Amino acid sequence: MNMKKSLAILISLLLSLPLLAQDAGAPDVLVKNVTLEVVDIIAKDKDIRAGSRQKLIQLIEEKVLPHFNFASMTALAMGQGWNKANPEQKKALIEEFKTLLVRTYASALSAYSEQKFEFRPLRAKPTDTDVTVQVRVLQPGTQPVPIDYSMEKTAAGWKVYDVMVGGVSLVVNYRTEFANSVRNAGIDGLIKELQTKNRSLDAGAAKK
Amino acid sequence: MRRWLAAGFAVLAAGCASANVNVDPRDPWEGMNRGIYRFNEKLDDWIARPVATAYRDVVHAEIRLRVRNFFSNLADPFIGVNNMLQGKFEDGISDWARFAFNSTIGLLGLHDVASDMGYDKHNEDFGQTFGRWGVGFGPYLVLPALGPSSVRDGTGTAVDWVTDPLNLVDSNTVHYSLVGVRVTQQRADLLDAGRLLEEAALDRYVFLRDAYFQRRRSLIYDGRPPREEVNDSLDSTVK
Repeated sequence: MNMKKSLAILISLLLSLPLLAQDAGAPDVLVKNVTLEVVDIIAKDKDIRAGSRQKLIQLIEEKVLPHFNFASMTALAMGQGWNKANPEQKKALIEEFKTLLVRTYASALSAYSEQKFEFRPLRAKPTDTDVTVQVRVLQPGTQPVPIDYSMEKTAAGWKVYDVMVGGVSLVVNYRTEFANSVRNAGIDGLIKELQTKNRSLDAGAAKK
Repeated sequence: MRRWLAAGFAVLAAGCASANVNVDPRDPWEGMNRGIYRFNEKLDDWIARPVATAYRDVVHAEIRLRVRNFFSNLADPFIGVNNMLQGKFEDGISDWARFAFNSTIGLLGLHDVASDMGYDKHNEDFGQTFGRWGVGFGPYLVLPALGPSSVRDGTGTAVDWVTDPLNLVDSNTVHYSLVGVRVTQQRADLLDAGRLLEEAALDRYVFLRDAYFQRRRSLIYDGRPPREEVNDSLDSTVK
């Protein structure tokens, strides 16, 4: 009897181990951990509070970037134009788009002022490889702002490939702009346009 | 006759398309819209944004919250009407309950007690109701001073105006003062968003237009639109 009981405990322990491991790597847990960690650092870091954009970008590059799949994001934003780009152009596009998104993200974060987050439970099957993680930013006096992260399972873990803010998909929103630019000036024209944009953003930030 | 008209439009559209290679089928009046958009940007540069910035800098956050709550409360009855018109009766009742509680216990809406009681704030207007009834966007339309809209949503906005509770205020001075404060308050809430738009967009006009279509579509379905295939053209080697 005793033997049976301890065996049962052992088995349930063993069974729960992979469950625990899976939990820590679950996409919704990942989003929650990263969000809370970043927000906590912003609240505590004196330089960032004083408005250091450099430090904020560094924080994003360190903590947030590893969880994004910029190749997917760029391909999605490019749409049909993606297949027309050669490997070198693809590399440049990914790099410039990444830079632009990081700069924009830094500005979004610098506007952050102690809003609370609500992390919605993930509605997905354990076998799903493409999920949406829902976060709500709560602000007194207005409707919560929904932020939905589209995530895909890759060999290197869960990666974000699109962010939807208030129902507006970041990736989809760049589609027309990118397509127009490619139509007018080709892939290289778009790369150049992105480079110019990024440089002007850095120049603008330096002036501040 | 119909066919001739259609053919005529096709020729017209083709003419426009050759003039501007980037023509978007949702935005046949792009030339005019861009004109109004530029006018709106100037209006914003010179008046709306400076006033809103001053408002945010001078008026304490607590008071801004009360002002926001006050106007938000006034909007709730017709948000409820729109929910009813869309067949969402529970939401509609909830909106009216919000108005009842916030106007009384919440001291004329200054305090949003209803949210704490579990009555969530909704976002509805007549444009969304028309959309829910199956009316398409119609051509994109930039409204003077108001910004991105469409033939459908612009019509909705006109009905929103007719049903605006502030119309009940008899005194013109008080009426326009209240409208002014409400606009300032709304613009102040968008200051950060405006800066982001400026930084994120390659072509602000296009970026804002696409965001408008996505946003409104999402609102019509209350944040749960049927999923549009994002990766239809994605090279399979990337994923």
